[in-house]
Amino acid sequence: MRIEGKGLIDRRRTVRFQFDEIGHTAFEGDTVASALLAAGRKLVARSFKYHRPRGVLTAGSEEPNALITTGRGAASEPNVRATVQEVFDGLETRSQNAWPSLKLDVMQLNDLVHPFLGAGFYYKTFMWPHGFWEKLYEPVIRRAAGLGGLSGAHNEDKYERAWAFCDLLIIGAGPAGLMAALVAGRAGADIILADEDSLPGGRLNAETLAVDGMAGSDWAAGVVAELHGMSNVRIMTRTTVTGAYDQGTYGALERVSSHLATPAEGAPRETFWRIVAKRSVLAAGALERPVAFPNNDRPGIMTASAVRAYLNRWGVAAGKKVAIFGNNDDAHRTARDLAEAGVEIAAVIDSRPDVALPSASWPVYKGSHVVDTAGRLALRSVTVKGPAGEKVIAADCLAMSGGWNPTVHMTCHMNGRPVWREDIAAFVPQEGAVPGMLTAGACNGDFSTAACLSAGADAAKRLLGDLGMSVPRLRAPDADDSAYSITPLWTVPGKDRAWLDFQNDVTVKDVKQAARENFRSVEHMKRYTTQGMAPDQGKNSNVAALAVLADATGRAIPETGTTTFRPPYVPVSIAAMGAGAQGAGFAPQRFTTSHTASVEMGAPMIEAGLWYRPGYFPRGGETTWRQSCDREVGFVREAVGVCDVSTLGKIDLQGPGAAEFLDFVYTNTFSTLKEGRVRYGLMLREDGHVMDDGTTARLGPEHFVMTTTTAAAGNVMRHLEFVHQVLRPDLDVRFTSVTEQWAQFAVAGPRSRELLNGVLKSPVDNDTWPFIACGTVTVCGVAGRLFRISFSGEHAYEVAVPSRYGESLFRELVSRAESLEGGAYGMEALNVLRIEKGHITHAEIHGRTTAFDIGFARMVSAKKDCIGKTMAAREGLTDPGRQQLVGLRPVAPGGQMTAGAHLFETAKEATRVNDQGYVTSVAFSPTLGHMIGLGFIARGPERMGETVRLVDAVRGVETDVEICAPVFVDPEGGRVRG
Amino acid sequence: MRLTCPVCGERDRREFYYQGAAVAMRRPAPDAGAEAWDNYVHLRENPAGETRDMWQHDGGCGAWLVVTRNTVTHEISDVELASDLAGERA
Repeated sequence: MRIEGKGLIDRRRTVRFQFDEIGHTAFEGDTVASALLAAGRKLVARSFKYHRPRGVLTAGSEEPNALITTGRGAASEPNVRATVQEVFDGLETRSQNAWPSLKLDVMQLNDLVHPFLGAGFYYKTFMWPHGFWEKLYEPVIRRAAGLGGLSGAHNEDKYERAWAFCDLLIIGAGPAGLMAALVAGRAGADIILADEDSLPGGRLNAETLAVDGMAGSDWAAGVVAELHGMSNVRIMTRTTVTGAYDQGTYGALERVSSHLATPAEGAPRETFWRIVAKRSVLAAGALERPVAFPNNDRPGIMTASAVRAYLNRWGVAAGKKVAIFGNNDDAHRTARDLAEAGVEIAAVIDSRPDVALPSASWPVYKGSHVVDTAGRLALRSVTVKGPAGEKVIAADCLAMSGGWNPTVHMTCHMNGRPVWREDIAAFVPQEGAVPGMLTAGACNGDFSTAACLSAGADAAKRLLGDLGMSVPRLRAPDADDSAYSITPLWTVPGKDRAWLDFQNDVTVKDVKQAARENFRSVEHMKRYTTQGMAPDQGKNSNVAALAVLADATGRAIPETGTTTFRPPYVPVSIAAMGAGAQGAGFAPQRFTTSHTASVEMGAPMIEAGLWYRPGYFPRGGETTWRQSCDREVGFVREAVGVCDVSTLGKIDLQGPGAAEFLDFVYTNTFSTLKEGRVRYGLMLREDGHVMDDGTTARLGPEHFVMTTTTAAAGNVMRHLEFVHQVLRPDLDVRFTSVTEQWAQFAVAGPRSRELLNGVLKSPVDNDTWPFIACGTVTVCGVAGRLFRISFSGEHAYEVAVPSRYGESLFRELVSRAESLEGGAYGMEALNVLRIEKGHITHAEIHGRTTAFDIGFARMVSAKKDCIGKTMAAREGLTDPGRQQLVGLRPVAPGGQMTAGAHLFETAKEATRVNDQGYVTSVAFSPTLGHMIGLGFIARGPERMGETVRLVDAVRGVETDVEICAPVFVDPEGGRVRG
Repeated sequence: MRLTCPVCGERDRREFYYQGAAVAMRRPAPDAGAEAWDNYVHLRENPAGETRDMWQHDGGCGAWLVVTRNTVTHEISDVELASDLAGERA
């Protein structure tokens, strides 16, 4: 019911929205909750477990009952709080957790069998028979559980992540926050003022209290107007600060366009902010707590502060005949506000027996309690019990107040523990719990407007002083300064259930049962009963629940303690936190210069770290990858192939200390490497295991270019920096990654020189460019580098040019290769070629193998120290019984082999204890006509010619294989020198 | 979490790579013996309180840093360039 002349809504602008397919008219400034209440709608939801009819309980983000789904299809969003969602033209909303309808929910049967569904029900009931859990219980429970559901469709909505920096972050724009902002703003500090509401002002917009002789909401609007005029102040409305993190970092969720019918072009739905603030003021206010009396969960029963907020902020009377039940003075303020607006007061019930109250024109019951309520889909009456006996009073709304809980959450995010204050029967923040943060106002236990205003000003002044800024003279305005008087009231006894956690359907009985079953720790009680676990995280219920637990276990509240408050303060969608990281945004993509050309040639691109590399280059008539791969291997073995190898890490090292530095990071020696030559190097970790391998070329006396594997390029660069900066700063060497600066192509095969001599300014021959030669060349008129190295075992080169020439050189090389009966080859062929030659990759140097294991023990120089040398010499790492690198080939020509398979003696069972080794790489060798593989087996080198059994239990492969040398093709290495 | 790189200034922790205890600064001599090497490579303290560890500003200047921080309060009390400390074998 709307009250004329009340509220901060714009009555000239009406909007239409839907709730459960029914159209409603509301005003701009309404939330779904205020609009539904204005329409007289009490029932808005069904509860989680018992499917009890529920109405709006609060007027803020703490709302446990009124959760709705907004939107349609992929854009629909479940569990939106109706108390936060602003209405707009065309907004579609639906109730949740009810079928077939909100009024006729069949699952309300749960409520009839509630004695069986108490705390621990799941734990006790679904234990046996054991096999039922997966097949029956879990699927059924999953269907029945949960509130709103996701659409299951891909969400096309845009979300964003953003950073902000400021001197002072003020969390909450109520009286304390506004006052802090005014002081700091006038001092010139760079401020962010964040508030989760659409309208700054906090309780000033929800109460009728005056500030500086004017309406509190008018004073707030005036301050906001002044702040808007300051270039050093950013006001972020609809922005909930969700967490406090280390070194002044805060998370915040901004609802950018979920309140708009037509969002601005490109605007995200939500933005997740990371705000870095030198100092902060927490002015988050307080949340009113319900009272746990029997049947306290009927639609129409609300917190008293919400009833005042709907009246004063939105001009809505939450009922026609309102009863008020409380244990503090706010209850009476509710009655006064409602009566002034012409709403009938059914009764004011104050649990305090001897409280002095001003005279009133409505019935007041002192020392009395609400002991029951009636009304199935909406409240009809309340039963009051007091000194004069029991009485049923008709009412369609009950405003309840159990006192206020300061919003201490943020102060506990960094391990702070709240402190119990007996005089206000509430927890307040521990001082200094978050470095750089001060708390001010109601969140600190100061509940009067005057106290909030001056606390806000004081906090700002203190922090300005910290920051070395001048503090302006500014006095807090006059405002209400009445004391907060409360006598704790947590529960009212009775035969029916009294709810603590409305959202998770946890009652007083459940908490007492947990205590009886010895879940006495508050953390155990929480997990046993699910108290405080729902989206509201117990904002409305935790303190009362632990008061009940304290009582049941005979302890005081501070001794019982609270559960741990963790971020986020309100639910944050993963879409917002991970904005930009969906699909292709998940990881950066690195493309080689030949990428476009490869894609044009139809090559499927495969991921190699962040890089994309061609798998193979299919040709007409080929239907499987193997056909393409076999053909490409043939190119290299018989003619010439071209392959982009730019993804390998390239590190340019220069300086007088470069050679000695390389000697220290590689197991073998590089200081003896001649200029114009390349050497293969092996790098260990300090624990003696192989880190990486690659070739390093000496281009000048003090100039080297190291290559790393594609996968380890970043790690090796970091390792080199570590070794240089930390262990060997005495060496005069500088290095930088040039991976992206050079495009590099392998040209491999018997006709590789023929191809290259067509593009080189000065042709090369075997004398000027023998195997392992390197140097500068002119390629198609461009200054480049040529390395005579081979990963395929063929006569081969790698030619490098600055990246900008990469694409055209690739196209040129491929076209020339094709005219020489060769062509481009991809990763599949590259892999087959290297396995045929027994060259290792990270499949073999996977982090647990040593130089000894891969047969490179002699590469660890005895003449010098190097990283990993000492630890590699450990007994266990040089034990001949270790699994060492071998080649494997099937005994029968058609035998299958798989990587990942394990190796066993043929006479023994394939069990773990009989495991002798494993297979790391396999390929079909078109050169040999059968499968080949590399693997590790115990005492490998001693077992050449022995037959062992390869067993792949996962893929069902079992093959007898022969242990052989790991080099299958051209073991003498003649071809590479040809 | 924010770290103040002595070269680049205060930055978010996403710019840094975490390695482990600053024990890594004190590499033993090759002949220091099995115990010294075991301590260097494997043994780490797990203090509730002050700890020193190695970070690299790999999203920035590339400098290796020794960060002194408190595992209980998360306070960061010092950030030094590892190359400055290397001579002293911190």
